[in-house]
Amino acid sequence: MTVEQLIPVAYLLAAVTFVLGLKGLSSPTTAVQGNRIAAAGMLVAVVATFFAREVQGGIPVILGGIAVGGVAGFYGARVVKMTAMPQMVALFNGAGGGAAALVAFLEFARSFQGYPVELGPTIATFLGLIIGAVSFSGSGIAFGKLQGVITPRAFRYPGQQAVTGLLVLAMVLLAAAILLSGRTGVFAVAPGAFLVAIAIVALVFGVALVMPIGGADMPVVISLLNAYTGLAVAMAGFTLSNQLLIVAGTLVGASGTILTRLMSKAMNRSLGNVLFGAFGAATTAGVTAAAGADDGRSIRSISAEDAAILLGYAQNVIVVPGYGLAVAQAQHNVRELADVLESKGINVRYAIHPVAGRMPGHMNVLLAEANVPYEKLFDMEQINPEFPRADVALVIGANDVTNPAARSNPGSPIYGMPILDVDKAQNVIVIKRSMKPGFAGIDNDLYLDPKTAMLFGDAKEAVGKVVAELKKAA
Amino acid sequence: MTAEAVVAAYVFILAIFVGFEVISKVPSTLHTPLMSGANAIHGIVIVGAMLVASAIPGPLGVVLGFLAVVLGTANVVGGFVVTDRMLAMFKQRSRGAKPPSNPPRTT
Repeated sequence: MTVEQLIPVAYLLAAVTFVLGLKGLSSPTTAVQGNRIAAAGMLVAVVATFFAREVQGGIPVILGGIAVGGVAGFYGARVVKMTAMPQMVALFNGAGGGAAALVAFLEFARSFQGYPVELGPTIATFLGLIIGAVSFSGSGIAFGKLQGVITPRAFRYPGQQAVTGLLVLAMVLLAAAILLSGRTGVFAVAPGAFLVAIAIVALVFGVALVMPIGGADMPVVISLLNAYTGLAVAMAGFTLSNQLLIVAGTLVGASGTILTRLMSKAMNRSLGNVLFGAFGAATTAGVTAAAGADDGRSIRSISAEDAAILLGYAQNVIVVPGYGLAVAQAQHNVRELADVLESKGINVRYAIHPVAGRMPGHMNVLLAEANVPYEKLFDMEQINPEFPRADVALVIGANDVTNPAARSNPGSPIYGMPILDVDKAQNVIVIKRSMKPGFAGIDNDLYLDPKTAMLFGDAKEAVGKVVAELKKAA
Repeated sequence: MTAEAVVAAYVFILAIFVGFEVISKVPSTLHTPLMSGANAIHGIVIVGAMLVASAIPGPLGVVLGFLAVVLGTANVVGGFVVTDRMLAMFKQRSRGAKPPSNPPRTT
């Protein structure tokens, strides 16, 4: 047996580690191990590939690429703040998509031997190229939105569906041109030009796909793009007849699809609704509805001192953290606040909405970073019955997930989305920078509720002041 | 369909089932690390990038091949490191919970 014959064995080993790794990642006790097992499998696969015949001509290029990409990936992954994690994952995901598109392109160029082309592998190549390119540009836009470089609002324009449709049509026609060339004799043109054209249209399509999606839906989008890249990699595997790429890509595609479904379910919206949704369109209706509800009720603003008194006399406090907390990096201050309250014998719990933050489970990671114990974090289903017994619900930088309109106002664009029943608590304190609406772009009735008090300010500063007041009192 | 293509299709379809099966029940706490971990796994595209890095001769081929390897590597390395960092925070906390939990409190 030569070394080269051992490569498929190494690939098989790697495929097994990926399955075990994913399995491990789905349970808290085995997650760290799972991730490392998969990483080890990846290393085995890469090392084995160095012995492949196809690779021999390009070793310097590969080593150079690994050095550059490795340093960039490692550096990015080490320095990124936990709050910026979603955009970092989007970036890495886009990189994978771009790589898959390039692999499809290069393999097609290598194996092209004139028209007519072989149907099966060519279709796989197109899919790899298209899905990879969509994931690349789509992830780029998602990164821009999460980073705030691009407006996080849903960007919509007249004729949007038509434009999207035309882009799809263009890709299909270009692909058909290559597939039919030589069979009809009409289209026999340089395939490279066609492929480049398909890639460009796919890149534009990725932009067109993500731009109209609002910031509130980003968890779903990232999850979906992750599944896309997986699928693109699987397609590249078909093109290369490489089982490992097929297995790994498909695993991610399937698991990404499940995560995406979980996310959409948490927002009570279908995936189609997120992608092509009525969200932006319905916003106007929601705003009008909210304006109609503005029947003389006004907003009550309180000082940090008052908030501290309210909290100090409570027995049960439920903290509702949202993205505003993450942006302000206030998770450590919130933990400090909880420590102070607990030292007074007050029961402090955290209510985590499934889409709190900008990525599935993002808020859990942030609070974990601030050493908030596991047992204090409660899912929406667990905590909702507890709100009526809570003396104070402290909402920090969360908005749409606390909006009672989701329960009561069928005209609201978020109607039907499961929310945290913050409005059922005895008292509500909302820490918020301004009255600006949340990512969904709609007003929140909660703020007009007579038992709600608004503490305006940056989450970190405001919480810090409350902690200082509490300590003064103690 | 060639025999090879049929085998590839088998692999593809069975992997779909495995993917669905493995991830069927995940606590929401782990959604982020899981997604990030899965993100790292599709970095396997690096193997594909290596295989085609010298697929077409000439400067354009080298540039594209190089780019593919760079992107693939960034995906793999970044994905695994970021996931490890996230998970380390969970671990650190459960470690802190067991021994006499004495977090430095500023009182």
